[in-house]
Amino acid sequence: MPNILSPGTAAPDFKLHVTPDQTLSPSELSGQPVILAFYPADWSPVCGDQMALYNEVLSEFQKHNAQIIGLSVDGVWCHSAFAKARNLHFPLAADFEPKGEVARAYGAYRDGDGVAERALFVIDKDGIIAWSYCSPIAVNPGADGILEALENLAK
Amino acid sequence: MAKLSIPISAEDHLQGDLDAEVNLVEYGDYQCPSCGAAYPIVKRLQKHYGKRLLFVFRNFPLSQMHLQAEPAAEAAEFAAAHGKFWEMHDLLYENQENLGEELFKTLADELKLPSDKLLNAVAEQTYQARIRADFAGGIRSGVNGTPTFYINGQRNNGPFDYDFLRQQIDDALARSR
Repeated sequence: MPNILSPGTAAPDFKLHVTPDQTLSPSELSGQPVILAFYPADWSPVCGDQMALYNEVLSEFQKHNAQIIGLSVDGVWCHSAFAKARNLHFPLAADFEPKGEVARAYGAYRDGDGVAERALFVIDKDGIIAWSYCSPIAVNPGADGILEALENLAK
Repeated sequence: MAKLSIPISAEDHLQGDLDAEVNLVEYGDYQCPSCGAAYPIVKRLQKHYGKRLLFVFRNFPLSQMHLQAEPAAEAAEFAAAHGKFWEMHDLLYENQENLGEELFKTLADELKLPSDKLLNAVAEQTYQARIRADFAGGIRSGVNGTPTFYINGQRNNGPFDYDFLRQQIDDALARSR
């Protein structure tokens, strides 16, 4: 497994496009927890899809005032078509140029494959990584780890 | 790896005995095509294992993606309240292409359930609390899409074709001896 950034590390900031004319940085969200969900690619099989699952769990994330951002190396047009097709209600960031730069900064880039790992990070309101997890590439990690991490933040 | 966090109980929709040798829990969505594909596979597994297997179905409607998933779950829960959960569950999967009010009415008539009351329950989301509780428990257990299966409480991370699931169940049976 790759060495993704560990809890206690300051989360590297970034600025990525989430729509053709809008960018997003985690630092803009300071004061609330941020969930970063890196994933290999848009358009994985329909019903087992990680982003579609998070879309259904948004209300649970919102109970913790947390904002989730999905990240892959797909371009912004691909993301917007994917988000529209799946009716997603949270931003997908395009880690597209330079390709995978943000994934690399988090230790979550797969060099040989040219895609991000299925890596999850929960960042606290002060910008420190509170929890991180890297799932085997073929296994959708679900949402239970994220929710547990958000609960622990509140403790 | 992910484990079932909500124990199986008499409150669940059960096919088989609570103390059966091995149990298979499915978190499913009535509109999900993969769940539709899994439906006959589960039937085949049940036929193969007979009384040794307990099958449990829990609701996991992906409502943002499948607009008829939650209404169908309401219809099934209404049928459950009238002792006909499994009949409705089966008919919903067998008619997955046509989910909607018209089908719910037809199926209610077929099962001799009061169709006006069933449609009312669907519209009022009478069983929403139950459905959301199933969903929330699924999230806690690491359900990561539909269908997600648990064999003796362990999440199946592999495919859900017949041969693979049968092997997993055989392994679970071997371990429990």
